[in-house]
Amino acid sequence: MSQIELASPVAPDWHRWRQGLFNGWGNGLVTLGTLATILWLALPLFRWAVIDAVWFGTSADCAEETAGACWAFVGAKLRFMLFAFFPPPLQWRPALVVAFILTLLAVSALPRFWSFRLVPVWLLALLGSWLIMAGTGAMEPVSTNHWGGLPITLTVSIAGLAFAFPIALLLALARQSDMGILRCLAIAFIEVLRGVPMIAILYVAMLIVPMALPSGATIDKLLRAQIGVTLFFSAYLAEVIRAGLQVVPVGQREAALSLGLSRIQLLRLVVLPQALRAVIPAIVNLAIGIVLNTSLLAVIGIYDLLNAAKTSATDPGWLGFYSEAYIFAAAVYFVICFTGSRYSLWLERKLNGANRR
Amino acid sequence: MTRFLQPGPSGPGPVLRLRTWIGPLPLQQSLLFVGVLLLFAVLGQNTADSMHRMGLTPGFAFLSHQANFEIGESVLSYSAGDSYARALAAGVANTVKVAVAGCLLATVLGVALGIARLSGNLLLASFVHGYVEFLRNTPLLLQLFLWSAIIHALPPPRGAYTFLGSVYLSNRGIYLPSLSIEGVPTIVWLSTVVLAVLAAVLLCRQLFAGSAFYLPKSAGVALAVLALCYLALTSLGFAASVEIPAKGGFNIRGGLSLTPEFAALLVGLVVNASASISEIVRSGIQSVKSGQWEAARALGLRPAQILRLVVLPQALRVIAPLMISSFLDLTKNSSLAVAIGYPDLVSVANTTANTTGQALEAIIIIGAVYLTISLSVSSVMNVYNRRVVLRGEGKR
Repeated sequence: MSQIELASPVAPDWHRWRQGLFNGWGNGLVTLGTLATILWLALPLFRWAVIDAVWFGTSADCAEETAGACWAFVGAKLRFMLFAFFPPPLQWRPALVVAFILTLLAVSALPRFWSFRLVPVWLLALLGSWLIMAGTGAMEPVSTNHWGGLPITLTVSIAGLAFAFPIALLLALARQSDMGILRCLAIAFIEVLRGVPMIAILYVAMLIVPMALPSGATIDKLLRAQIGVTLFFSAYLAEVIRAGLQVVPVGQREAALSLGLSRIQLLRLVVLPQALRAVIPAIVNLAIGIVLNTSLLAVIGIYDLLNAAKTSATDPGWLGFYSEAYIFAAAVYFVICFTGSRYSLWLERKLNGANRR
Repeated sequence: MTRFLQPGPSGPGPVLRLRTWIGPLPLQQSLLFVGVLLLFAVLGQNTADSMHRMGLTPGFAFLSHQANFEIGESVLSYSAGDSYARALAAGVANTVKVAVAGCLLATVLGVALGIARLSGNLLLASFVHGYVEFLRNTPLLLQLFLWSAIIHALPPPRGAYTFLGSVYLSNRGIYLPSLSIEGVPTIVWLSTVVLAVLAAVLLCRQLFAGSAFYLPKSAGVALAVLALCYLALTSLGFAASVEIPAKGGFNIRGGLSLTPEFAALLVGLVVNASASISEIVRSGIQSVKSGQWEAARALGLRPAQILRLVVLPQALRVIAPLMISSFLDLTKNSSLAVAIGYPDLVSVANTTANTTGQALEAIIIIGAVYLTISLSVSSVMNVYNRRVVLRGEGKR
């Protein structure tokens, strides 16, 4: 394959397309077959989603026989799908949180801004989001039972990653250490959490944790779910970091030790910078996994983006537009996660390039 | 008189071995271990106290009590009034059913898509690429909800969509042709066929190892063995017939029927897993360096032989462990059944927890079943990995 590229480095586009689509009768048949299948699938879908769709209007317009997709429903229920039961006059608060977090994400995504100063900034941002949503001091307080939609999906994912990171780092180091008891504890924690489905962890957080607390003590439902998500993904993150630790050549450790560095200095100055750098793309992919998996919060009755979309189709005024609701939610998830996965690919290329130089 | 130097023991004694295993800071480690035990003890005591306050006795005695709920569908026969243990076993059987069917179908679809991705046809490859990207960037739960909504939006059985007059799609479920076999107990014909296939594989390995036309010859042997099997079984009174579902009044009868919940879960899991499997297959095949292809071609091997003798053995080393972990993911993901109403283990355990209040025990059962599956599969996988690594590049 590399030979073809070398032979014609600047093949014109139409040439590449003709090569890819019609070089030989077999390939031509495959092209035509694929085209037919795509049309067979896409034409009815296009008709439903665009031609027959109701873009504006009321649920009465959508109830007509010929009506296709009811995008008017998405327009009408947009605020509910994004913010669920947050009191409508106060919805600027979650909107502000979402805008702020997305901006901060975009800034932190650029390697130019990578520094340890980002850690306190993010911790402050998470704390600030909590305070703004909960409304402390001068603002009207809103119970976490009313929180929902996109802010929940975003904050639970980001807080999950942020708090899972130190735990995962300790677990990965413990699993690598030469201390037997510590190593076994770490292995048991990691393997148990990776061996059970996330639903089981969420059930523990919902049903068992309230019983296991000393009588009288309670933890907020959302916080319990957050702890469950954090612990669950810390096990996965620990394995990612362990893979990074294994990449660092033994010679690096030996050289550092012979220079007289202490164990802590060895980790902080030599091992971790190389290990973490090697797994940044994998961590981004795990972060995407966290965003996708926060949708399981819907099963335990927390109104994340998916549950808010699902619930919006039970509105008596707009009953049963489930497909439209799910497609909207899918589009939001797709935009977030696709951007993330492209970013991860870009980062991988960039970091590899830097290593090679 | 000469004193011979006695050779010491061949290795460190048990005490020293334990000391080396524990490593540095033994006291602190033991304290940590005791601390963890204490934490669990305190949490356990609190839980037991809370359960007593709610009028529950901790323990698994409830398993033998009568369960007064129905289960939508079950491989094991179960009806309301049977014990909770029976209900949970039915849940496990349902989980196993959807996981096994899902892994098989996802492998078939995933391998096909992975090959399509590598086919060199630009349109097909981009189409599959789009499919994979969509599935990997939306939550599985959402995909399951969407499949469930789609199946429930199908027409009722009277106006069911039909393909070739033998497959029916309706909101009451999906109906497929089935193979019905009479005359011989299932276990007999199934074991005969499995044994015959094994025998055929061994025979082919012995007869044609390394020869040209390996595949056509083996296919011939396999056909002959299957024909022999069929003849032998027929003489025992074996009769196979294909049963095609047909519309009758308000329903569809005959054939293999899948309930809407099972169909939505199965399709959702298969489609989702096929995306990751296709990526695994693609990256596995691409991980074989192009020099291997060129060298094999220079030796005069035909494309099929290159794939079978040179590329696949090397690619499988990359593919197999990833494939197993995506099978485990599929099995764990089948727990999302609880959200779309298929009675798998998690869903039955959830109902059990709600009706008896024994949430802790229900979750322990869920955890134990999934851990048994994951840990046993991954320990088998570790053995396999060690074997292929040793045979190949040595320890990395």
